[in-house]
Amino acid sequence: MSDPTTLTAAQAVAAIEAGELGAAELFDAYRVRAGADELNAFLWVADAPPTDAPEDAPLRGVPLGVKDLFCTEGVPSQAGSKILHGYCPPYTATVVERLARAGAPLLGKLNQDEFAMGSSNENSAYGPVLNPWDRSRVPGGSSGGSAAAVAAGMAPWALGTDTGGSIRQPAALCGIVGLKPTYGSCSRYGMIAFASSLDQAGPLTRDVTDSALLLGHMVGEDPCDATSVGHPEAIRLPQRRDLDGVRLGVPEELSGEGIEPGVLEAFHAALDRARELGASVQPCRLPHAPHALSAYYVLAPAECSSNLARFDGVRYGVRADADDLVGMYTATRHDGFGAEVKRRIMLGTYALSSGYYDAYYGRAQRVRTKIAQDFVAAFERFDFVVTPTSPGVAFQLGAKTADPLAMYLNDYCTVPMSLAGIPAISIPCGLSEGLPVGLQIAGPAFSENAILDAAFALEQTIGFDASPGRVA
Amino acid sequence: MIDRDQVLHVARLARLQLSEDEVGRMAAELSSILDHIEKIGELDLEGVAPTSHVVDVSHALRADEPRPSLSHEQALASAPAVADGGFLVPSPQAG
Repeated sequence: MSDPTTLTAAQAVAAIEAGELGAAELFDAYRVRAGADELNAFLWVADAPPTDAPEDAPLRGVPLGVKDLFCTEGVPSQAGSKILHGYCPPYTATVVERLARAGAPLLGKLNQDEFAMGSSNENSAYGPVLNPWDRSRVPGGSSGGSAAAVAAGMAPWALGTDTGGSIRQPAALCGIVGLKPTYGSCSRYGMIAFASSLDQAGPLTRDVTDSALLLGHMVGEDPCDATSVGHPEAIRLPQRRDLDGVRLGVPEELSGEGIEPGVLEAFHAALDRARELGASVQPCRLPHAPHALSAYYVLAPAECSSNLARFDGVRYGVRADADDLVGMYTATRHDGFGAEVKRRIMLGTYALSSGYYDAYYGRAQRVRTKIAQDFVAAFERFDFVVTPTSPGVAFQLGAKTADPLAMYLNDYCTVPMSLAGIPAISIPCGLSEGLPVGLQIAGPAFSENAILDAAFALEQTIGFDASPGRVA
Repeated sequence: MIDRDQVLHVARLARLQLSEDEVGRMAAELSSILDHIEKIGELDLEGVAPTSHVVDVSHALRADEPRPSLSHEQALASAPAVADGGFLVPSPQAG
């Protein structure tokens, strides 16, 4: 076979099954590509595939890129942070373990915003990732390394995590497919936690079929994660070619003000294609969605300030020298955390502190309820809610680093779904200024199969070329 | 608005040492973020229950059965300092 890295993961599985391609040959081709990474996407690359890999496993040895924050036994897992520099965990995250057993061995660990806090990958202690469509631009974040590696053909597929948009937004900015599953579908065990009530693992892939294939081997209840419930039905490979009778709701709050004109143009063109496939497209309301970002930036920092208390220089990671215990804690955290992580720890600690708890955390949890109710009401009239994934295309490196609020606005269209715990996919739907635009399709809890079907039908008719090389 | 003293107070709660420069920047940045967040104060949330969990979970407890876990050595392997089979830390008393 000429260049096996041009195949989608599903095509590679088929080629290996048919005896046209060897799994070792494929792994080696990707190992070489990942080793020559010029985008700073990879933080670690495997030397060789595992020798104990099950040969007849369904994913046939097609290798997997994994976001740095997934614990991988004996392999650096630093969550993009200096405070975990060199940390090699003694165990492997459940979803990584499940995928290895299903025949998708670890290819490498992928760069990310520190502890998944960011929308541009510029918050990594190991340097920013570059967007393969334009290396002067960000790949999005926080799963920026995962998105860039898949878009650039350095990994067939990759795992990311999404807390407020961290799979969907980088997928949109890199022109690939990113899926955030229903909260609880996949185990969080072994994911270095940011905001536990929001974090979910999900696939970043070249197309919708690969997304379904990977997700199908990720979902499942796990005794090690009390919030995991698995999925009520098996994830199927999408087949649907039409959208007959499908009702799409376009929330006014997330498809107008604040969205770049070029993004809106590509979004509306995609809605026209949906109509051609038989869908009805109508405006809908999510009245509390404009408050989602505010609620999110209380809840996520509050949870992060608690989760990140464990990084104190005692059990793992780096330690700063000090004469006494509290001095060691505070100096270690000063030296080890980057600016955005410190900002969120401070914000969260403030919101949870005595006298402010009700005004911030208590109110935000109530707003969260209203946002979830908005979606329940919308799904009484519509099968899916569709929005642009990101308000803009990939921006220049450094363009938003000086203004935290401007950076947070990147998550404007993705945060409401995260707060409601519902699944949402981003698929590429066109270009603006020569850069990819993402279309987000969100559905009720556990509607992944229906979402994947609708995304597949749209993908076939849009015919987006996911290879940045052909554009540059 | 959040002032310098509040920043220092919260930093103490968070066990986070901040440089002089960071204290000043944090006061300005947190103030501007909180200004934005405070818009949720305008919403009428009377009688709305706070979200405790987004997905209905009925039986979150697993059976309490002993099973192998990390060995003592594995648990200590990543620690910056160990002594006598435990994590070694500086004295709680200032030196």
